[in-house]
Amino acid sequence: MAASLLSHGMRRCSARTCAAAAVAVRRGLSSAAPPSVFTRLLLKLNNYFYDVEHIVGWNNWARTLLVRSKNTFFGFAQQNFGDNVAAAYYILTLRGSFRFAGQSEWFRPDSSGKFSYDFMSTPDTQIEEVDLSGTIINHDGLDNLVKQNKLQSLSLRGCPEVDDWFLARLHVFGESLVELDVSHCPCVTVGGLAALQNLRKLQRLDISGLSRLQSPGLVRILLEEMLPHCRVTGAEYEQGLIQPDTREPTEEDHEATSANTGVRHL
Amino acid sequence: MWRKLLASVPAFRAPKAPCRSFKSSSRRAEKDFNKELEAQFRAFREKAAAALPGSDWSPFELTPGLPPERADVVIVGGGVVGWSIAYWLKKKERVRDGLRVLVVEKDPTYSQASTVLSCGGIRQQFSLKENIQLSMTSADFLKNINNHLWVVNEDPVDLQFNHSGYLFLASEKSAHIMEENYHTQRHAGAKVALLSPSQLKERYPWINTEGVALASLGLENEGWFDPWSLLNALRRKAMSMGVYQCFGEVTGFRCSSNVAEIADDDFVDVKRIKYVNVQMPNSLEYQPVETAIVVNAAGANSGKIATMLGIGLGPKESISGIPFPVEPRKRFVYVVHCPDGPGLDTPFLIDYSGVYCRREGLGGNYITGMSPEETEEPDVSNLDVDHDFFQEKVWPRLANRIPAFEQLKVSSAWAGFYDYNTLDQNGIVGMHPLVSNMYFATGFSGHGLQQSPAVGLAVAELILDGGYKTVNLSAFDLKRIFLREPILESNIV
Repeated sequence: MAASLLSHGMRRCSARTCAAAAVAVRRGLSSAAPPSVFTRLLLKLNNYFYDVEHIVGWNNWARTLLVRSKNTFFGFAQQNFGDNVAAAYYILTLRGSFRFAGQSEWFRPDSSGKFSYDFMSTPDTQIEEVDLSGTIINHDGLDNLVKQNKLQSLSLRGCPEVDDWFLARLHVFGESLVELDVSHCPCVTVGGLAALQNLRKLQRLDISGLSRLQSPGLVRILLEEMLPHCRVTGAEYEQGLIQPDTREPTEEDHEATSANTGVRHL
Repeated sequence: MWRKLLASVPAFRAPKAPCRSFKSSSRRAEKDFNKELEAQFRAFREKAAAALPGSDWSPFELTPGLPPERADVVIVGGGVVGWSIAYWLKKKERVRDGLRVLVVEKDPTYSQASTVLSCGGIRQQFSLKENIQLSMTSADFLKNINNHLWVVNEDPVDLQFNHSGYLFLASEKSAHIMEENYHTQRHAGAKVALLSPSQLKERYPWINTEGVALASLGLENEGWFDPWSLLNALRRKAMSMGVYQCFGEVTGFRCSSNVAEIADDDFVDVKRIKYVNVQMPNSLEYQPVETAIVVNAAGANSGKIATMLGIGLGPKESISGIPFPVEPRKRFVYVVHCPDGPGLDTPFLIDYSGVYCRREGLGGNYITGMSPEETEEPDVSNLDVDHDFFQEKVWPRLANRIPAFEQLKVSSAWAGFYDYNTLDQNGIVGMHPLVSNMYFATGFSGHGLQQSPAVGLAVAELILDGGYKTVNLSAFDLKRIFLREPILESNIV
């Protein structure tokens, strides 16, 4: 809490306000109002700038620590119980859910994160469908899932840590993955979607709500060209187009000269 | 003022009108005199206040931008390799401010720097395991770049990394080399797949597979990114950790010499650098920086820095007569626009004829180029582009491999320097036998950008720990220059 207060203080106190406050204090001998407690605190902290920067860095490191600890390699489980049980255990600890091949019931944790250990009774069945939406899985966590070469459906809806490097690692499922949902993942960009070329069996791809795509319609066209058997949902062809009536006059000159823009009109 | 004073005394004034005007003009003159006196006093007070401590006036004019007079490590060259070394040195120092690092860069605009003129590709498809390991370590660094290079109050780093992979094509003659390399790469942990011509045609229908016997595609950790973002991220983080930056040119060294006997009656001078002379831009003024260790990361100009120390200027038979084998070589990059070209899945295609091509953006633009033959190297005195080279050499081979490129338009082009290692086109990392305290990290011949984070770590380990810990680069040591034992890569672009 103290660290967040400090980071808040750091963000509010830019160099300019600090210098202005310092000058104000120096000239303030003649002015009537003494500096407020907050200004005095900031000036004091300014003398220890590098220490405060280091402490704010701990806050940042602590945030990444949680993600890293959740995505460690479950080597003990893999060694003693086999790949499938370890993968299943990993998915459940992340609060995801899955379905084994040949079975129809899904294994899910309940709202408080507890789950039953029934999945350990079938150590030889591979996982067919995985739902990891909303979890903090990242590219390191995929180490636990790479052996699942019968994986058919993967849902990563709204995962904050799924980025382009994660998508590049999905090539291990190239022979089996049929359905992929990366909607509402804030870190995914076109560079990562280009890596999906290795998923040759993909039939359904959902790319809705990707905030870092500048022209979703164009990306949809390019993905459909890249994966001919795949149906891409989540982006309309008109998204990212510059409409002629809302366009300002200065933009015309920029678009005429720039070589890398969205599609003008179909 | 004195004239007014004198004029107020009636005896000295010029003859004028009678008494009335006499009295009033004297009062006016006195008022003016007082006003002037006040103005003078005010000016004096202001000057005195400015000269007192607390203001930034000083009687001596200091040149802005001079480097410090003493530094522990001076890194010559502010490209991506130089800043990577600076960052890792500061990361590994045990005590805060335990090491004073200075990075000296000649050109603040980076207009001729190889870093920013590079195509920005990173691949693991090499034949030497050191190159593969360097590239994999660098890819791991880039994967977690925001954990490494986070600075308080600044935006996270966005490298704009495209994970499209590299695709190498091999003819009948070199297919066996490609297979051997594939085994080396898989053994080292790189994720690469081999494709037959039919698989290649099915996967990439826009390629003309005539003459192709085997293709090798990188599946993970391969692609291209923005080199300027990486350079700025490394620089921003290193400067926040306290690295000094100076824009100036290294024009000479002041060294002390010792004589060493290497065989019977064979003596050489072993130098130790005491001062680095850093000359200010557009000026003759230079600052001798007293230093303990110098790192030569000057890229294409590394050979020039080496000759300043007398390397290569001695008698031909002795060790001091062997020049440092890094020289600048000009390479052209052409930006072409082809609306019917391959789409989002275009990898960084490298043909066995030497031509390469990659996608740039989403608007049908591509970047292409080729390494010229050894005998037809272009002139390196400037960065002018030779468009005939594209017409005669690049375009025919490109159109042969990708038929859609028979109709294209060249939008623009640029040229950049490779820090070309004339011995074996692989990096040179280590110390020179004739200079006790200079470390070299140069000669990467076009791969400097993709290996820079790992090379920075390796050089920092060499300086601070005395040996390599993460990646063993003993094969890149300078002794192969003197023993004339090049370590060659099987495929070079």
